[in-house]
Amino acid sequence: MLRDITLGQYYQTESVIHRLDPRVKLAGTLLYIISLFLFENIAGYIVAALFLALVIGLSHVPFKFMVRGMKAILFLLLITVLFNLFLTPGEALVSLWKLTITREGLHNAVFMALRLCYLIIGSSVMTLTTTPNHLTDGMEKGLRPLKFFRVPVHEVAMIMSIALRFIPILLEETDKIMKAQIARGADFESGNLIKRAKAMVPLLVPLFISAFRRANDLAMAMEARCYHGGEGRTKMKPLVYRRRDRLAYLCILLYLGCKATVGILL
Amino acid sequence: MSIVKTENLIYEYVKRDEEGNEDGVIRAVDDVSLGIRQGDFIAIVGHNGSGKSTLAKHMNAILQPTQGTVWVDGMDTRQEEYIWNIRQRAGMVFQNPDNQIIGQVVEEDVGFGPENLGVPTEEIWKRVEESLRAVGMYQFRSHSPNRLSGGQKQRVSIAGVLAMRPRCIVLDEPTAMLDPSGRREVIHAVRELNQTEKVTVILITHYMEEVIQADHIYVMDKGQIAMEGTPREIFSKVEELQRLRLDVPQVTLLAYELKKRGLDLPDGILTTQELVQALTGHA
Repeated sequence: MLRDITLGQYYQTESVIHRLDPRVKLAGTLLYIISLFLFENIAGYIVAALFLALVIGLSHVPFKFMVRGMKAILFLLLITVLFNLFLTPGEALVSLWKLTITREGLHNAVFMALRLCYLIIGSSVMTLTTTPNHLTDGMEKGLRPLKFFRVPVHEVAMIMSIALRFIPILLEETDKIMKAQIARGADFESGNLIKRAKAMVPLLVPLFISAFRRANDLAMAMEARCYHGGEGRTKMKPLVYRRRDRLAYLCILLYLGCKATVGILL
Repeated sequence: MSIVKTENLIYEYVKRDEEGNEDGVIRAVDDVSLGIRQGDFIAIVGHNGSGKSTLAKHMNAILQPTQGTVWVDGMDTRQEEYIWNIRQRAGMVFQNPDNQIIGQVVEEDVGFGPENLGVPTEEIWKRVEESLRAVGMYQFRSHSPNRLSGGQKQRVSIAGVLAMRPRCIVLDEPTAMLDPSGRREVIHAVRELNQTEKVTVILITHYMEEVIQADHIYVMDKGQIAMEGTPREIFSKVEELQRLRLDVPQVTLLAYELKKRGLDLPDGILTTQELVQALTGHA
């Protein structure tokens, strides 16, 4: 189950989207997410879907990789849909025992689900086409003004990049520990919620111990390679805006314009 | 001149019990003095807990001596201002390949060291390419490290150290977590570096087969240097090695047993070829 999260899983291929400056992708993703919450109507969602489809097409990443990320939030999606479906007051459509589905509820549920799907797929596109190092480089440079307010931008970026790098490794480890504990008779699947949560203890304790050990090793390896913070550090891949990045910004603006026009007029 | 030199090096740490109370002092390295010449291939062997890894960590200023002195390229590791110079001169490769790769892409990881040193961008790319070519990993430069085999990951780690242009590489049991083919791969890459790039190599291991090609071997036991010499000198003392709980290569053991049974063979046979030659020469 845990393996299905695609966030932080870079997909290696050649495409325009891959080559874009991470700052463009970050800003683009952020603007896209904001746009999902503004100007709600069917036409607006179609515009958003078209834009997303275009970006996915350009990214050369197989669509199934994007959908993989969805499985992890299926539960959240289900809850959102159910709550919206049954708990929105308004004009009743169907009544089942004590539960009523309202027109507004149906409307909300569908749009909320769509919005969440777009959001996850949209951010998956970013993480699939950008190496985490690149991504954090983008954040580090994009958020540099915050340094003025004593925000440790470089350190935060480094922490994120390392966290992302270790996600697949720790997932693999979780799998191994799970199998080892199952082999010794541990039961992760039956029982009520509390029982299941308790069953996670023999999984989490070894996982945490291992994670700390890895952190210790990594810190030593980083120091051995002369890491001493962001001071005096050069970049192997410095970020420079190129023509394609300016074009991409233009595309994002065009999309926003489209969405706003459609949202207001229709 | 020695690239790494230790004089009466002692390292102690306080062992604590489960409540955190002091439970005696452990002396991990006990009065070690050695000098390693530039360009040599040095092996340090010993069973678990013999202090070989602790000794290695002194050569990169990760650990500071409790007593005695360590010099790397003439710099005292206890002097704070030299610490980054020392770490650049003496690179270190660790045991677990997963826990020392920082980049998400092979080339980014190799570039991590030079980035920290403040090397200009174009120069970083040049070094990354050279280092990856030197370990034969250039075609994997844009791969994710997670998709590489253990041996390949260790070669990337070695390239990461090489890109800092060290004069000496310390490898702390680099093959302990690898399968036999990965082990061969890594040892081959290391030997190649020593021979073509003239980098001093200090290989810490407990696999005796890996040290046959070394110029000089130190055998450690209980924090002290128990034996030292060329591979031939070391492997001619089979009984002593066994007493130190170290494996002896099969061929050497066979030759030793044959000699004990009365065959007239020279001491310290290291390869199958040598044994065959010695035996057929007799027949």
